[in-house]
Amino acid sequence: MGQFIQQLINGLTLGSVYGLIALGYTMVYGIIGMINFAHGDIYMVAAIISVTVITLLAALGISAVPLALMVTLLVVMAFTAVYGWSVERVAYRPLRTAPRLAPLISAIGMSIFLQNMVQLTQGARVKPIADMMPGQFNLFTFDGFTVFLSYTQLMIIVVTVVLLAIFTYIITRTSFGRQQRACEQDQTMTALLGVNVDRTISLTFMLGAALAAIAGVMVTIYYGVVDFAIGFVAGLKAFTAAVLGGIGSLPGAVLGGLIIGMLESFWSAYYSPEYKDVAGFALLILVLMFRPSGLLGRPEVEKV
Amino acid sequence: MLQYTDVHAHYGAIHALRGVTLDVQEGEIVTLIGANGAGKSTLMNTLFGKPRASAGSISFLGQDISRHHTHDIARSGLALVPEGRHIFARMSVLENLQMGSIFSDPAHFDADLQRIYGMFPILQQRLEQRAGTLSGGEQQMLAIGRALMSRPKVLLLDEPSLGLAPLYIKQVFNIIRELNERDGMTIMLVEQNAHHALRIAHRGYVLQHGEIVLSGTGKELLASPEVRAAYLESSAHA
Ligand SMILES: Nc1ncnc2c1ncn2[C@@H]1O[C@H](COP(=O)(O)OP(=O)(O)OP(=O)(O)O)[C@@H](O)[C@H]1O
Ligand SMILES: [Mg+2]
Repeated sequence: MGQFIQQLINGLTLGSVYGLIALGYTMVYGIIGMINFAHGDIYMVAAIISVTVITLLAALGISAVPLALMVTLLVVMAFTAVYGWSVERVAYRPLRTAPRLAPLISAIGMSIFLQNMVQLTQGARVKPIADMMPGQFNLFTFDGFTVFLSYTQLMIIVVTVVLLAIFTYIITRTSFGRQQRACEQDQTMTALLGVNVDRTISLTFMLGAALAAIAGVMVTIYYGVVDFAIGFVAGLKAFTAAVLGGIGSLPGAVLGGLIIGMLESFWSAYYSPEYKDVAGFALLILVLMFRPSGLLGRPEVEKV
Repeated sequence: MLQYTDVHAHYGAIHALRGVTLDVQEGEIVTLIGANGAGKSTLMNTLFGKPRASAGSISFLGQDISRHHTHDIARSGLALVPEGRHIFARMSVLENLQMGSIFSDPAHFDADLQRIYGMFPILQQRLEQRAGTLSGGEQQMLAIGRALMSRPKVLLLDEPSLGLAPLYIKQVFNIIRELNERDGMTIMLVEQNAHHALRIAHRGYVLQHGEIVLSGTGKELLASPEVRAAYLESSAHA
């Protein structure tokens, strides 16, 4: 029982990270109807930059955790927003009227480029940092097994819930959110109503990148190690989460992330760590067989 | 107010507008008639740079706008109700109307909304409904309402009566006339329904294969033998 609850907490944390990355996928999909395949690598870039920033702050003697955390988040988000903007400019905008496959291929190209750039400039070795927020709540002891929730885990779960709430509000309630949804449905008409479509799409990519940045910082603090290859697997998992939850749906992205995170956590604990990835993808296939638009996705029936 | 001077437009190799010159004065209803494929929609869309004029100039309030961005042209006070309505199907009726007021002063949003409700009471009853589930006629009203939310200086309507039942058609024409007479709104109207359109228009132009072949007041065109033969025969007794 103690073991079970501990796995639940670990799964929630891992799932929150997947959910955060999946939010970025789903938001970009929600505006241009395309998957940003470089999104996982933007997350990786964010994690790498955060190692530098955290190390630098420590060297400068800034040790107050809230201050260090805020500065790290702001710096990393600013950098990765620029990366998100560039991905859109280089890989998507020139291909806006091309067949749908073309921008996917150019985005995969961006992804390979980002991985190699980081490998070349930062080296292929794993980068460690010291634990920024040591400490944990010991929740209860059951059969001699103490269930804990670390400060970092709590932070990751709370941040995910708060960001989900904020972005849901932006997209469903604000003028900017309506402009985003309008761009997805009919770009020409949106421009005819006075909306700067290029700017709206750029901003969406930057916001998506900022979300990946937050996930990258969280993961760096949680695991304490980062390398240039983490983006590929995390990106794939988060993409699975977004599709599982229903691509285009923000709550769906987080729900999908949580399900995959828990599945992996329980699968590793009770069965075998080796096949945990297979479990996630198998579940995706199963769900899509019965609900092709994902758990919370909108069914594609429309009268226009 | 609005002036096209020797405007050409292309779609690839298709030469859709071949040197169109026309003008719309403040407070007028100007109608554009022509057969299918004559270039009427193209004429309106080039005003917004979709497609861009390949030669010639288009000026609005004395300023050449033919190289401006589409969104800047819209913001300068021109609103298009495009052929086929183009409402946002997956948004509510209210959200569609809000999209129409993106760049207008939020202070008069409520007043503008009330004005639209007055014109199209059905929209008020359907505020929360997804626009894609409205009937064709209701969608047309929504498209007109959305365009009016920006308080345009010139309203451009591309076949607003297309696909509507006779009762709705009458309502749409009444609203066009009312907007012009009561609010002094300048209107450019493209219509298949040439008879109705020429009756409410101050002036009209006849477009054929991308060229203006005839122009005059609404009355003159209604009486012209060419127009009667080509565009009014079937509806002369309507
Ligand atoms: N997007 C496009 N791509 C290629 N050709 C186009 C495009 N839009 C219009 N055309 C061509 O340009 C010409 C003028 O079309 P346009 O839509 O302006 O005609 P119209 O007068 O509005 O006709 P209708 O009364 O049927 O609406 C036509 O020959 C049409 O086939
Ligand atoms: Mg047309």
